[in-house]
Amino acid sequence: MKRISERIKAGELLLSDGAWGTFLQKKGLKPGECPELWCVERRADVLDVARRYVAAGCDMIETNSFGGTRFKLDFFGLQDRVAEINRAAAAISREAAGTDRHVIASVGPTGKMLLMGDVTEAELFEAFREQVVALEAGGADGVCIETMSAIDEACLAVRAAKAHTRLEILCTFTFQHTADGGYHTMMGTSPAEAVAAVLEAGADVVGANCGQGMEQMIDIVREMRKVAAHVPIMVQANAGLPRNVNGVDVFPETPEMTAHWVPAAVRAGVGIVGGCCGTTPEHIAAIGKALNQQKAAGKKS
Amino acid sequence: MSAVLEQIKENLMKGKANDVKALVQQALNEKIGAADILNKGLLAGMGVIGERFKKNEVYVPEVLIAARAMKSGMEILKPALAAAKVEPRGVVVIGTVKGDLHDIGKNLVGMMLEGGGFKVVDAGINVEPAKFIELAKQNNASLIGASALLTTTMTNMKEVVDAVKASELAGKVKVMIGGAPVTQAFCDEIGADGYAADAASAADLARKLAK
Repeated sequence: MKRISERIKAGELLLSDGAWGTFLQKKGLKPGECPELWCVERRADVLDVARRYVAAGCDMIETNSFGGTRFKLDFFGLQDRVAEINRAAAAISREAAGTDRHVIASVGPTGKMLLMGDVTEAELFEAFREQVVALEAGGADGVCIETMSAIDEACLAVRAAKAHTRLEILCTFTFQHTADGGYHTMMGTSPAEAVAAVLEAGADVVGANCGQGMEQMIDIVREMRKVAAHVPIMVQANAGLPRNVNGVDVFPETPEMTAHWVPAAVRAGVGIVGGCCGTTPEHIAAIGKALNQQKAAGKKS
Repeated sequence: MSAVLEQIKENLMKGKANDVKALVQQALNEKIGAADILNKGLLAGMGVIGERFKKNEVYVPEVLIAARAMKSGMEILKPALAAAKVEPRGVVVIGTVKGDLHDIGKNLVGMMLEGGGFKVVDAGINVEPAKFIELAKQNNASLIGASALLTTTMTNMKEVVDAVKASELAGKVKVMIGGAPVTQAFCDEIGADGYAADAASAADLARKLAK
């Protein structure tokens, strides 16, 4: 299988998957329960999420391993099961993806801050190494380091994957619209700073995920393009910001609303589009349709 | 104002913990009152950081290092405050509600509350309503601050509000809420006493509610 970054550089537009966490909640995951443990204890449910995204037409799917570092699993007393859980997560997605789709394994932040001396660089690096090695062993061909806000932590995750696996490395940050009209992570990192740092650390694909919906992603991609003219860019937006209506989550963007922004995102330079919290297989199918229309239009012109 | 107080404020804003510590000692040596060192030095600096945070002129790291510098200064100042019988503005019990394991936002609120002159009792994460009540009683708190980052756990904030109303703390202890998915409309819906959109606003709100 060709690498994702080679496919994007050759002019392809690729479809990634949608939300896992909010999907598992619909299947009965309770607040305060460890989502990643479902890879072992509720394997069939996790496999069903993966299969639904494959059926929606994805070129790549993620894994149920976002909180799979030992620092996150420690909350649940599962810090000694990092290898088992992450291996299972990757194996489930590989089973659904088969051999002609990519499995980009999810790696999220540890919740620890280097700045405050919560943790050392060596400890963070080791935690990411442990996770990504298990994800590769389980069958992933890429790693999606996502929802990052601190440059130092993101770069350690990228370096750990680069040094200890052959995984293709995608790294995306979460930005919010700030008072100056620009975008920054909660740690104050701009899109341009984030991209420059993780490329230097060895990432193959950069981008943005989560956030406040697809429309804002277009501005963020433009900022990234200014500093990285030829690097593949990925966006995975939330279906807008969640609202709680009588105790039930409501994500405001419908599949049509999300898909509406896809052409503008592609014009801004995006090569891979997927979804984050609140997006469903229906959102992904709608994004896929919009990407196909872009490809058809591209061929004509 | 005394030059040393101005220096405490400036160094706190830059997050220079060791310098703040030394300057607080120097201020005490110069016989400046403990209340002035607190209010015109440490809290004044945190106030500026809070305002800048609200305007996105600074971000989480700047707040964290300023709060750390304040903590260093407080270590030196605490005995003098106790000797001068300077009381905190009030006691706030903070925690992330049941089912929710996020702590960064809650910790930031704790720092800004301390920076606003409150004593903070941190109940931690995944906190049962009964635990909030128990700690509020034990510490004679006037406020409870409940945090949630998930849409699926924010509904547990209502349980905290209801638990306070059903307890002997009703009418005495106010509940303030916050977190990414929380809104003023949600606050009104569950009958909480106040909502703040960010950590610095939470300190402003606490001052208003504690009056």
